[in-house]
Amino acid sequence: MSEILIKNGFVFDPLNNINGEKMDIFIKDGKIVDKVSSKAKVIDASNMVVMPGGVDIHSHIAGSKVNAGRILRPEDHVKDFEVKTKVTRSGVGYSVPSTFTTGYRYAKMGYTTVFEPATPPLKTRHTHEELRDIPIIDKGCFPLLGNNWFIMEYLKENKLEECAAYVSWLLNAIKGYAIKIVNPGGTEAWGWGKGISHLDEEVPYFNVTPKEIVRWLCKINNILNLPHPIHVHTNNLGKPGNYVTTIETMDAVKDLSKDGKVSIHVTHVQFNGFAGTSWLNLASGAPEIANYINKNTHVEIDIGQVTFSDTTTMTADGPFQYILYLLSREKWVNADVEAETGAGVVPFRYKKSNYVNAIQWGIGLELALLIKDPWKIHMTTDHPNGGPFTHYPKVIAWLMSRKAREKTLNKINKNAKRRLDLPGIDREYTLYEIAIITRAATAKSLGLKNKGHLGVGADADVAIYNLNYKSLDPSKDYKLIKKAFKQTAYTIKDGEIVAKNGEIVSSSKGKIYWVNSKVAEDIQKSMLNNLKMKFEEYYTVKMENYIINESYLHNSFMLNVQSEV
Amino acid sequence: MEKIINNVVCTVCGCCCDDLEVKIKDGKIVEVKNACAVSLSKFQNYNGKERIVKPLIKENGEFKECDLKEAIEKASKILAEAKYPLIYGLSLTSTEAIGKAVELAEALGGVIDNTTSVCHGPSLIGVHDIGSVTCTLGEVKNRADLIIYWASNPVFSHPRHLARYTVFSKGKFRKERRERKLVVVDVRKTATAKLADMFIQVAPNQDYELLSALRMAVKGEEIYLNEVAGVPTSKIEELADLMISCEFGILFFGLGLTMSLGKSRNIDAALSLVRDLNERTKFLIMPMRGHYNVTGANEVIAWQTGYPFAVDFSQGYPRYNPGETTTIELLTRGECDAALIVGSDPAAHFPVSAVKHLMKIPVITIDPHKNATTLISTVVIPTAITGIEAGGTVYRMDGVPLECKKLVEPPLGLKSDEEIITEILVNVKKLKE
Repeated sequence: MSEILIKNGFVFDPLNNINGEKMDIFIKDGKIVDKVSSKAKVIDASNMVVMPGGVDIHSHIAGSKVNAGRILRPEDHVKDFEVKTKVTRSGVGYSVPSTFTTGYRYAKMGYTTVFEPATPPLKTRHTHEELRDIPIIDKGCFPLLGNNWFIMEYLKENKLEECAAYVSWLLNAIKGYAIKIVNPGGTEAWGWGKGISHLDEEVPYFNVTPKEIVRWLCKINNILNLPHPIHVHTNNLGKPGNYVTTIETMDAVKDLSKDGKVSIHVTHVQFNGFAGTSWLNLASGAPEIANYINKNTHVEIDIGQVTFSDTTTMTADGPFQYILYLLSREKWVNADVEAETGAGVVPFRYKKSNYVNAIQWGIGLELALLIKDPWKIHMTTDHPNGGPFTHYPKVIAWLMSRKAREKTLNKINKNAKRRLDLPGIDREYTLYEIAIITRAATAKSLGLKNKGHLGVGADADVAIYNLNYKSLDPSKDYKLIKKAFKQTAYTIKDGEIVAKNGEIVSSSKGKIYWVNSKVAEDIQKSMLNNLKMKFEEYYTVKMENYIINESYLHNSFMLNVQSEV
Repeated sequence: MEKIINNVVCTVCGCCCDDLEVKIKDGKIVEVKNACAVSLSKFQNYNGKERIVKPLIKENGEFKECDLKEAIEKASKILAEAKYPLIYGLSLTSTEAIGKAVELAEALGGVIDNTTSVCHGPSLIGVHDIGSVTCTLGEVKNRADLIIYWASNPVFSHPRHLARYTVFSKGKFRKERRERKLVVVDVRKTATAKLADMFIQVAPNQDYELLSALRMAVKGEEIYLNEVAGVPTSKIEELADLMISCEFGILFFGLGLTMSLGKSRNIDAALSLVRDLNERTKFLIMPMRGHYNVTGANEVIAWQTGYPFAVDFSQGYPRYNPGETTTIELLTRGECDAALIVGSDPAAHFPVSAVKHLMKIPVITIDPHKNATTLISTVVIPTAITGIEAGGTVYRMDGVPLECKKLVEPPLGLKSDEEIITEILVNVKKLKE
C-alpha cells in the first residue's frame, strides 16, 4: 500500500490534545505512523484543517425501514440524483439516499464511519445486505432489544445471567454492535394498537415496566462489557412535556454506572426535550436536561438537530410514527416485527414559520450549547429524522457562530423565538470542540480505539478541510465554515485518497463492525436449550435461519469482548 | 451416501417456508418432508426433460449447442451493442444476482424491471400514494383474531400460508382455530372461501366500490344504497363491525385486486381502509406476493436505485415512471433493441403486442428450464437453480430475509445466476470502454 505525507496542516486531534497545531501526519499501509519514506505521496495541507475521519453515532442508512422510506417516496428522489462516473455508481437522494450515494456523500463530507442505530434482529440480514452496498465508509448496526419478548420474559423471571447469555448470543447471531432500546415496552404495546406513557406503566401481558427494561439491559451491558453503553430512545418521544421522561430515564440508571463510566447514551434528545403541556405552549426542555447532564457523569447524548427541510421520519417507535401521521395526515408506513419491535415512516417538512418546528430547532442547539462538556455530546440530525446528514455543515455553522444563529432566528416563528433561551446564549463552538462532537467523543463512546484520532496506530481515516484556521473568524465567517465542511479537500480512508474537492476518486468496500461477545459455555448452553422451544413458538423462522454467518458480511471486523459471566 | 439437510428454505412462493427436510442420496434429492404439493413438485421434477444443461446459440433459425464462454461472450456483445436493452424477470433468483443485474443495467444504460411490473406493481404504486400499515407474518400468527383474504386464494397459490401464518397457526396469544375469524372476499367461492367464517362475493371489477363502501361503514357514515358491488349493505355493515371490533385484524390481498379494473386505485382504497381502521383498532395489510423472491427484487432494486422496479438508466442515473419505464409498455412501443430475461417466461405470459416486439429483437435468456421465451431467444444460458443448486438471499412476502442453501451440485457444473450475470457485466464493461 502507498504512503502519504500530509504536510503543514492545522491538526485537530482532541483525543491526543492537539488543538490546531501546524504539523505533519504520516500514513503507511492504512495506518497512521510516525514516519514515511521519501517515496510517500505528499499532500500540501498548508492553510487547511486536518481532522480524523468523521464518526456518526446515529444515522439511519440501511435496513428494512430505510428501504421502506425509499419505496414510499419516489418524489424524494426525482429532484436529487447522481449520475454514474468511472469510479462511482449512480443513485438518488434526497432524505433517504440509495446505498451507493449514502457512502459517497458521507465520504465527501469527511465522514468515514457511520452506525445504523436501529435494526430489527429478524431483518438484520437485510441491514447487512445494504451495509455491504454502502461503499467506502466503515459501519455497523445496533439491534433493537427494548421490546424483545425473550428479554421481557427473562426480566419477569429475574434470570439475569441467562438473559445476558441470550443478548450475547443474539449480538453474535445477527452480527450487531450495541444494545438499542426504542420506546421500551411501548412498541410492544403498539402491537395491540396501544401505547405506554409512563416509565412505571406495565407492558400489556408481560407485566414489566419501561424503567425495569432499561435498568435490566443496562445491567446486561455492564455484564457483557460491551464497547458502547445502552443506546436509548426514551418513551414519550415527540410528546409535549417529555423532557421529564428523558431525565427520569437518565436517572433510572445513575446507580448502574460502572467505574464512573457512562451508563446510558440517550439519543436524538431534541425529540425528547419538549417542555409545556400542549402543542400551543410547547417550550424547550433543553435547559433542564442540560442542567441534569452538567451535574452527572453517567449520561451522554446526541442531539438530533432539526435543519428545516423536507425529510422522511423513520423510527422503531411505531406508536410515535402513528401520532405523527395523525398530526400531518401524510403518507404512513407501519411495519411491526414479530417478538421484537416495530417501525414507522412518515414524510415530514420542518418549516421555520411553524411554531413547533422552530422550537424543535431551538431545543437541539440549546442542548449542544448549554451542556458544558462537549465529550458528552454527539452531533447528529438523527438522519433523516431531523434532516438529512448532508445538512451537518449547517449545524456546525450554527454551533460555531452566534451570527449564523441570529440570521436563522430572525426567520423563524416569532412566538417561538420569544420562548427560546437560544437568543441569549453567547457560546460559540471552537473547531477543537467540533472535532470532539463529530469524531473524537463519538469514536470513544463507541469503543473504537483506532478511530476518532490521529495517533500512531490509528486507522488512516483522515478529513482535510479547505479552511484557513489562522485567518479565520468562525463567528463572522460561518459561510466559509459551511462551505468547507460540505466537501473536503481530501478524504482519506484506510490510507487511500477516496475523495478530492468533492469528487469521489476511488471507491472501496468499508468494513462492517460487530461484537463477538463471549460468555461461559455452560450458561450459553442451558440458555440455548430453553430458547429453542420458545423460538419456534414466537417466530415464523427456524433458529438456524435466523443466524447470519460472518462470511455474509463480506468485509467483517469483529471486536472480541469478554463478559463477566 | 445419504444425508438429511434440515431447515431448508423453499423457493417456490412468497411464503418461503424454511422448515423443509431434504434427504439427499448420491448427490440427488430423494425425499422432501414438510413440503406442500407445489414445492414437492418442484423438488421432484426440477431435473426433468425440460431442463437445459448446454448453452445454446441460434444461428440461421437453428439452435446449436456451445460452451458457456461462447454463450456469455455472445450475450455480452449483443447487450453492449444495444442502444436501449431491457433486463427483465429476476423474481426467481437471489438478491445477490439481482444486485448484479442492476449494475449491468446501469453499465448498459438500459432498463431493469422485474415481474412486479405485471403482478403487484399497482400495490407499490398504491404505497407511493398512501403508505402501508403492515407487519411480519409472525405478528399475525401470534396476535391476529381476524384474517381477511381479498381476491386471493392461498389454498391453491400459497398452500401453507394458512397453517404456518394465519388461521390454523399456533402463536403466543392465539392457540386455536376458534380464536380467529376468517373472511374471504372474492368473485367466486374459492377453496379458501369454503374454509371461511364469512364469504363475501363481490361483483367482478367492483372491488373499488366495495372497499369504498366499507370505508364509509367503518367511519360510521350511512350507505344509502341497498347493495354495493353485488353485496347487500347489511352484509357490508356486518363486515365493517367485525373489522372494528376485532383486536388485531389483517387484510391479505392478491392479484384479483391489483390486476382487475382500477388497479392501483383498488390498492389505494384497500390501504386507506386499513389505515383508517387504526383509529378504531389494530389493523394491518399485506400483499400476497407470488414468486419466492419477488419481494427481494423490489428491495434490492430500491436500495441501489431508490425505486422498487421499472428503473431506467438511459440518462446515466435511475429514473422511474411506471407506464413509461415498465416492460410491457417498453416492448409494446417497440423501444428496446435487446432483452436479457432472467428466470421468467414473458413470451408465454405477455400480451401479443409486447411478445411481437420481443420476437423482433435479440433475446438472451438465463434460465434452468426450456420455456416459450427460450424458444424465441438468440442465446440461452442454462443455470444452476437458486435454492437447490445455488445459495443466496431471498425475501419472504413480509420482507423477512432468509438465506438459501446449496443442497446439491448442478448438472455439468452449471453456474449460478449471480456468477453468469457477473461474467456478462465484466465483459460488457470491457466492450464499453
